[in-house]
Amino acid sequence: MGAPLVSVAIVARTVAQIWKKPIIGVNHCIGHIEMGRLITGADNPTVLYVSGGNTQVISFAEKKYRIFGETIDIAVGNCLDRFARVLKLSNDPSPGFNIEQLAKEGEKYLELPYVVKGMDVSFSGLLSFIEERADGLISSGEYTPADLCYSLQETVYAMLIEITERAMAHCGSEEVLLVGGVGCNKRLQEMMGTMAKERNATLHATDMRFCIDNGAMIAQAGWEMFKSGQTTKWEDTFCTQRFRTDEVEVTWRS
Amino acid sequence: MATSDNLKLLKQGAEAKLFTGDYFGRPCLIKERFKKTYRHPILDKSLTSQRTKNEVRSMVKCRMLGIETPTVLFVDLEQSRIYMDYLAEAITVRDYIYKVQGDKDMIVKLSPLAKSIGNTLGKMHLNNIIHGDLTTSNMLLKKPFEDLKLVMIDFGLSFIDNSQTEEDKGVDLYVLERALLSTHPNTEALFDVIIQGYKEENQQGAAEVIKKYEEVRMRGRKRTMVG
Repeated sequence: MGAPLVSVAIVARTVAQIWKKPIIGVNHCIGHIEMGRLITGADNPTVLYVSGGNTQVISFAEKKYRIFGETIDIAVGNCLDRFARVLKLSNDPSPGFNIEQLAKEGEKYLELPYVVKGMDVSFSGLLSFIEERADGLISSGEYTPADLCYSLQETVYAMLIEITERAMAHCGSEEVLLVGGVGCNKRLQEMMGTMAKERNATLHATDMRFCIDNGAMIAQAGWEMFKSGQTTKWEDTFCTQRFRTDEVEVTWRS
Repeated sequence: MATSDNLKLLKQGAEAKLFTGDYFGRPCLIKERFKKTYRHPILDKSLTSQRTKNEVRSMVKCRMLGIETPTVLFVDLEQSRIYMDYLAEAITVRDYIYKVQGDKDMIVKLSPLAKSIGNTLGKMHLNNIIHGDLTTSNMLLKKPFEDLKLVMIDFGLSFIDNSQTEEDKGVDLYVLERALLSTHPNTEALFDVIIQGYKEENQQGAAEVIKKYEEVRMRGRKRTMVG
């Protein structure tokens, strides 16, 4: 992931110099949030950002997107992908999508470790648990691969909904926005919708085109930043993995 | 049942409803965990009963150690209800902090409270009680507030574990730090005071727990921003 980002940064700097235009560095997660807000019209939502590399519950307060809850080990998408590998599911179009399809045929629920710590979650224990047992459970005929996908989804998504609901209760929020690659999962959307309805809140979700990483979301966040007068200093136009969502001063919202 | 039907809904949280009512004539608070229809019925049932039990266990154990929690009067597992004392006049630490937030000498003013939070937490951990959901809304202050008499509540995610629990205790501190900083911006210095108070009470265990806490913290901080 690093190499393509670094190459694109060089192109962006080159273009900025050729046309003498200001350049703006965008935080990846904020790109997701701003694109989600644009597409769904959500005003001030609690955000669940779930992808292969991130699992965060975010809410806007005092000029920052503050992280109320997150995974304390691996991301939810990573957990799903790794389990897909145990079952030798195809990577086409994505392991998570194939788990979702197979889970639809699952019927028998297996109780898995459920780890919520305050507004944080942890998936690594759950993953080890199911990785160790999957082969045995399937070969003994006790559970089918579909049952395991179903159980995995039901458990990890319930954890995510729970921390999102906690954050909503904590912030008094009446909107929830679902972003990131795992956000296209229909079952997750359905569960989030049920939770939102029960608290008289509104769910804002987007489809594949906007959930998955895209260039437009970076442009949208950059546009918001630029309109509010932000540009990035030349020496700061590098790529870094250590760029927390809550480091960015959100000058375009009040 | 043990109470009359005059339940009055006081508040609805993320996973439970709070009612006021009475227990054989004694005014009380009733915490009822309600069904979550978004999750699988087996999972829902198991979480609800597990949490109700853990909550009561930890509350009782805390009281035996001299850490204040509301008195548990009765538990109804069928209806997932806990009947406990109602502290009508207490306020949350969250509201207490809001009152002075923004003041120039905020940190100085809040330091005694932070110390008291650290002491209470140290004592809980020393006795292997892990709270699991430490926030400033889950701590109450009884009147007169200046006495800083802390009452711990919301033990639904708590557990008591006498085996190796440094990791869980470290996570407990981490959860508190995150809750404190996200709810009350610019209170980093207060967390340091909490840690000081924690070390005072949990002298044997603190070093190892804080090492774990640093580890957990780095795991979160180093999370990459790709994908």
